[in-house]
Amino acid sequence: MTPSWIALIVLAIAAAGFVLARARAQAAARREARRLHSLPNYYGWTAAIYAAGPALLLLAIWLVAQPIATRSLTWPVLAAEAGENAVPSLMMADVQRLASGLDAAVATGRLSADEARALPPEELRAAMAAQGVALGSEVTPATRDAALRWRRLSGTGDLMRGIVVIGLALAGAAWGVSRARPDFRARNAVEQAMRGVLVSAALLAILTTVGIVLALIFNTIEFFRLYPAAEFFFGTTWSPSFGGGSELGILPLLWGTLYISIIALLVAVPIGLFAAIYLAEYAHRNVRSWAKPMLEMLAGIPTIVYGLFALLTVGPLLVEAFGRGGYLGLGWMQGGTAVMTAGLVMGIMLIPFVSSLSDDIINAVPQSLRDGSLGLGATRSETIRQVVLPAALPGIVGAVLLAASRAIGETMIVVLGAGAAARLSMNPFDAMTTVTAKIVSQLTGDADFSSPEALVAFALGMTLFVITLALNVVALWIVRRYREQYE
Amino acid sequence: MTDIPQPGATPVERPAPKGDSLLVTDARTKRRNRAERRFKAYGIAALGVGMAFLVALLWAILSNGLTAFTQSYVQLDVPLLEEKLDKDGDRDPAKIAKVSTFGYAPLIEAGLVDLVEKTRVETELAPKALTKILSSSAAAQLRDRVLANPDLIGQTVSVELLASSRVDGYLKGRVSRASLARDKNLDAEHLDLIDAWRDAGLVEKRFNWDFITGADASDSRPEQAGIGVAMLGSLFMMLVVLILSLPIGVAASIYLEEFAPQNRLTDMIEVNISNLAAVPSIVFGILGLAVFIQFMHLPQSAPLVGGLVLTLMTLPTIIISTRAALKAVPPSIRNAALGVGASKMQAVTHHVLPLAMPGILTGTILGLAQALGETAPLLLIGMVGYIATNYPDGVAEGFLAPNSAMPAQIYEWAKRADPAFYERAWGGIIVLLVFLLAMNLIAVLLRRRFERRW
Repeated sequence: MTPSWIALIVLAIAAAGFVLARARAQAAARREARRLHSLPNYYGWTAAIYAAGPALLLLAIWLVAQPIATRSLTWPVLAAEAGENAVPSLMMADVQRLASGLDAAVATGRLSADEARALPPEELRAAMAAQGVALGSEVTPATRDAALRWRRLSGTGDLMRGIVVIGLALAGAAWGVSRARPDFRARNAVEQAMRGVLVSAALLAILTTVGIVLALIFNTIEFFRLYPAAEFFFGTTWSPSFGGGSELGILPLLWGTLYISIIALLVAVPIGLFAAIYLAEYAHRNVRSWAKPMLEMLAGIPTIVYGLFALLTVGPLLVEAFGRGGYLGLGWMQGGTAVMTAGLVMGIMLIPFVSSLSDDIINAVPQSLRDGSLGLGATRSETIRQVVLPAALPGIVGAVLLAASRAIGETMIVVLGAGAAARLSMNPFDAMTTVTAKIVSQLTGDADFSSPEALVAFALGMTLFVITLALNVVALWIVRRYREQYE
Repeated sequence: MTDIPQPGATPVERPAPKGDSLLVTDARTKRRNRAERRFKAYGIAALGVGMAFLVALLWAILSNGLTAFTQSYVQLDVPLLEEKLDKDGDRDPAKIAKVSTFGYAPLIEAGLVDLVEKTRVETELAPKALTKILSSSAAAQLRDRVLANPDLIGQTVSVELLASSRVDGYLKGRVSRASLARDKNLDAEHLDLIDAWRDAGLVEKRFNWDFITGADASDSRPEQAGIGVAMLGSLFMMLVVLILSLPIGVAASIYLEEFAPQNRLTDMIEVNISNLAAVPSIVFGILGLAVFIQFMHLPQSAPLVGGLVLTLMTLPTIIISTRAALKAVPPSIRNAALGVGASKMQAVTHHVLPLAMPGILTGTILGLAQALGETAPLLLIGMVGYIATNYPDGVAEGFLAPNSAMPAQIYEWAKRADPAFYERAWGGIIVLLVFLLAMNLIAVLLRRRFERRW
């Protein structure tokens, strides 16, 4: 029985439980609904939940656990043959392929069940090829035995799975139906179950964080086992080579990340801040009503668009100006991809981010402060510079920190606009690379996931996660504290 | 004794007024006013620069991308010789199908030579070199047409074949004679032919439906590449995101907003959600790679995996907006429901949730729009590098078979060496932005139409 059939049967049992429990409750109340504690449907739902809930949960667990258990029970058959250099996962993959091939052959009638069991190892490969299952090597007797054992075990497991799950569903339904009496508080029971669903949905947020942290930590530890941590954190060269002998120092990447972020903030903070001040303090309502959404359109544009803009528009423009033979005659720039290109475009992307956060914060400064200052004869700009901005400063710092964390974590703009060369240079027109760009390049190749060159991406990701998390926590703390100040 | 000055006492000497009349602005006031005007000008300038960037971005997209929506075709009379395509003359589809595209290439060559003679253009190009004018997929196009209709064999049919990307670029102004000097794919002599044929109306640009509905093509055929398959990939991914994130997001928000007690666990969940909203998207890609592909062995490049990763990424956004929508429903609604005997759960599901629905849907659509444009996590789960040349065979295949997605397809084109693909990338961006614009518009309309102010 396939899992989907089992699930369907369980659902059918639940539906039957619903009808029975509802009918039973109504019958017990002698067709007078007010004798019931809850509305009749709630009795039905109780039985349905008792039937389907535990059974489906068990089915899910079983689906995950059975292959693991079967693998550990089959391995002893192969263990005797496995040599020093044998890779268990590869050998088991062969066994699994053979076993599923035999299953398919029996299912299509190409082999009878007895033939499948009795076929000598030498003939198996040809039989499997006829079935459309390609095996990597000749089948050894041990592999055949293991495959047969695998088939036997998983056959038993599948049978047990069906019996146990359906049995549980039947028991649950019976229990639910038997409880359907007028004095049973069915609504409370149903709502308790719903609440459980709500809580588990909310817990998914924690689970995601845990998943991120575990995925990063395990692979990072694995990386540091292969590559010394000190060299990773303090190395000044980044030259991965998949043949071995890589130097994987993070410093050039951190420098590139930092340099690009600084340029981006130098573009975004003044423009964003002044735009926010103008919109909040000077602009007419009509101007505000179209200018603010227009500016925020910049935030809604996907980053791949900015990346392409950097690569194909801004980069060539900058080369025309600053490159060799450019009209400024400076010759500072070698190619279109550079720190400046990426920084400039990232700055554009961050303008709405800075401006809308600052706008909120400036609007949160109480009007009485402005009125007091204006009443004393200060001009509007004096009021803004000497009263509003100092009052809003912590919030603005928080906004800038959030923008910085966004800049550090940005990927597409730097992948397309910043270049691929990791170097420590002061020239903003040089191509440099960042942490995020290297995560992409180390993980998108056909690299083997157990090599340090691929695993380093997880260590980079960990570094990135820690930095952005710290920036966010500090920024959110500042913003929140600031908000409380005026509430 | 009083402090009242006695009449006749010496009058207090008043200091002479320092400045001039109030009606005349003094130097200091002038300076302050100048500073005021300057400050305001900075603000206007900043806003202007922001707008200018927006305009520059949109201009770059439109000016580079709109050309992707037209494509050049060459009108050609091709003799479909019976002795080449169907030697036995019995029109057996199986036998006709055995003739590969190599069998059609000479026919197209003959058609081109014929065209050169008919239009009376002097050219020194060998017949073989003439085929560079057409896309390398021209033979396959012709073959498909013959296979669909074997009766054409033996006739001379007039077909429209895709021009090569260089010819297409020349007609669109992207390729010039000067730039061809370094290009071995096309010579200036070809362009003389093209000029003559264009004047004769045999080469023309038409609206390119194949770009919107077609599949990606290999590196050497930019003229054939389309975004249709990637669009389907994005659609399946968005379905996964919608099916998972809407119920989970709503359930989590209801718990946090309506039921959660004030305790450590609730605090932890809230902190987690606000932090997840700010985690870089590439980190979600790492999570997807490690958990869904390495640990759970889900298929690489599959829209299902992409959808799962994007779900985790958009959940915080959806939860935050859903909570705002729930918060906006006044407590009196809940109290009234509780007052007539509803349980808390009934008050929420029967009254609060329906009233908050427009707000929730608006937030969900905006979250989906954000997810649709996200690229970085898709790079890590292998949606780049996969060339999406085939439509998925069915719904299950659509979720599980490798596919690309719109932003990943754009990235893929941007990475290719041939500049003809850049036009496709910009065009892809226009398609993507049209979708985003539509989604945002729906969200705005939804808000306008259904939002209630209490």
